Amino acid sequence: MSSAGGALIKPVEQGVSPLSAMWAVFGRDVRVAFRQRQDLLNPLLFFVMVVSLFPLGVSPEVSFLQQSGAGILWVAALLAVLLSLDHLFRHDFDDGTLEQLVLQPQPLFLLVLAKTLAHWMLTGLPLVILAPVLGVMVHLDGNSIAILCLTLLIGTPVLSLIGSIGAALTLGLRSAGVLLSLLIIPLYIPVLIFGTGTVAAAAEGAPVGGYLALMGAFLVLALTLAPFASAAALRISLSNS
Amino acid sequence: MWQWFHKLGSPKWFFGIATRFMPWLLAGGILLLAAGLIWGLAFAPEDHRQGNSYRIIFIHVPSAFLAQSIYISMAVAAVVTLVWRMKLADVFVKAIAPVGLIFTFLSLFTGAVWGKPTWGTWWVWDARLTSMLILLFLYGGVIALDRAINDEKSAARAVAVLVLVGVVNIPIIKYSVDWWNTLHQPATFKLTEKPTMPMEMWLPLLLSVLGLYLLFGWLTCIRMKTEILIREQRTRWVRELVMAGGK
Repeated sequence: MSSAGGALIKPVEQGVSPLSAMWAVFGRDVRVAFRQRQDLLNPLLFFVMVVSLFPLGVSPEVSFLQQSGAGILWVAALLAVLLSLDHLFRHDFDDGTLEQLVLQPQPLFLLVLAKTLAHWMLTGLPLVILAPVLGVMVHLDGNSIAILCLTLLIGTPVLSLIGSIGAALTLGLRSAGVLLSLLIIPLYIPVLIFGTGTVAAAAEGAPVGGYLALMGAFLVLALTLAPFASAAALRISLSNS
Repeated sequence: MWQWFHKLGSPKWFFGIATRFMPWLLAGGILLLAAGLIWGLAFAPEDHRQGNSYRIIFIHVPSAFLAQSIYISMAVAAVVTLVWRMKLADVFVKAIAPVGLIFTFLSLFTGAVWGKPTWGTWWVWDARLTSMLILLFLYGGVIALDRAINDEKSAARAVAVLVLVGVVNIPIIKYSVDWWNTLHQPATFKLTEKPTMPMEMWLPLLLSVLGLYLLFGWLTCIRMKTEILIREQRTRWVRELVMAGGK
C-alpha cells in the first residue's frame, strides 16, 4: 500500500457486489488525491484568482459587483471544474489502472460514476464551501449567497458528470486540454444559464422553486445518462491507444 | 428490407447509387432554389410592417432548417455507427458535419442581418439565438474531435458518442421560442399547419426549403464519395475506377 497506483484497489473479484466495487473505487480515488494535496488546492486557488480578476479588471463598484457577482462566481467555478477534469482519468490511464477497471466484472458505468462522484467531492464540493467567502467579497447579500451556494451544490455535480464524458473522449489525445474545453463548454451553457438565472430571480424577489426544480432535473438527467456515455467513451479511448 | 440494409452498408454500392442520383439532386435543387429565390426576392408581396427587409427569410429559414436537420441526421447515423458499426454511417457523419457548421453560421449571419433593421440590433442574447450558437459550438467540437483522433474507427465512434450527447440541444432550440417569451418569433413555417403568412410568401419559402434540401443531398453525395475514395483507396474497385478515368 505504498504507491499511489493500482495497488490501492482491493482485488475486485466475481463475488464483489457492484456497490462495494463502487465504494472501493471511490475510496481509492479519495485516498490517492489526498496524497497529492497540491492538486486538490489548485482548482480552488484558480477559482479565487479568477473571481478576483473581475473587480480589478472590470470595476470594483459595489453596484456592478452586486449585479454580476453570481455570474462571475458561476463562470469561475465552471472554469475551475473544467481545468480539473484532465486529472479525472489521466493518471489512471497512464499507469494502466483504467484498463484494469474496464476489465472488472462490475458494470463499467457504475465504476465511472464512482470516480466522477469522487472527483466532485474533491473539486466541486470545496468550491461550494468556498463560494460564500467570495460572495461576501463581491458584496452579495445573505439571501443571494445562500441561493448561489444551493445552485452551485446542485450544479457542480452536473458539471463533473458532463465533464467526465469529455475527459473520457479526449483521453490520450495530443491537444486534450483545449479540445476538452471545446467539447464541454457548449454542454455547460444550459447549467450556467439556469444557475445564474436562479440567483437573479432570487435577487428580484421572484420565486426560485421552478428554477431549482429544473436544475434538479439536469442533475437527475446527468446522473442517469452521463455515466453510460463516459463508459462508452472510455472503451473507445482505450481501444484507440 | 434487410438485404437493402446490408447493401446500403457497402461503400461500393453507395458510390454507384450516389453517382446516378447526383445529377437529379443538383438539377432539382438548382431549379427549386432558383424558382423560390426569384419568386421570393422579386415577386412576392412586400410585408406591410417590415417592408422589403423580410425577404431575407427566404435564405434564413431554409438554412436554419438544414442546420437542425443535419444535426438530427448525424445523430441517427451516430446510433447506426455505435450499434451496427456500419461504415457508411461514419462516412456520412464525417462528410456532413462541416456542412452543418456552415448552415448554422449562415442562419446566424442572415438572422443578424435581418435583426438589424427589425430589432435595431445585430445580436440579442435570446433563447433561440443562444441555442443556435450552442449548436454552432457543438458542430465545431464534433469536427475538432474527429480531426484529433488519428485512428479512423475510434474517431468515428468517439464522434458518435459526442453527437448523441449534444442531441439534448435540439429540443431546446426547437421549443425555445415557445418555452421562453423571447424576441425571436415563434415558428411561422410549419408543414403540418395552415400557414399564417399569405400564400404568395409561403410557397416561395417552401420551394427554397425543398431546393436547399436537394442541394444539400447533392453536396452530401459529393463529400461522401470523396471520403469513400480516400478510405477505400486500396481496394480493387477503387483502383479499377481510377484506372478507367472515373467513369
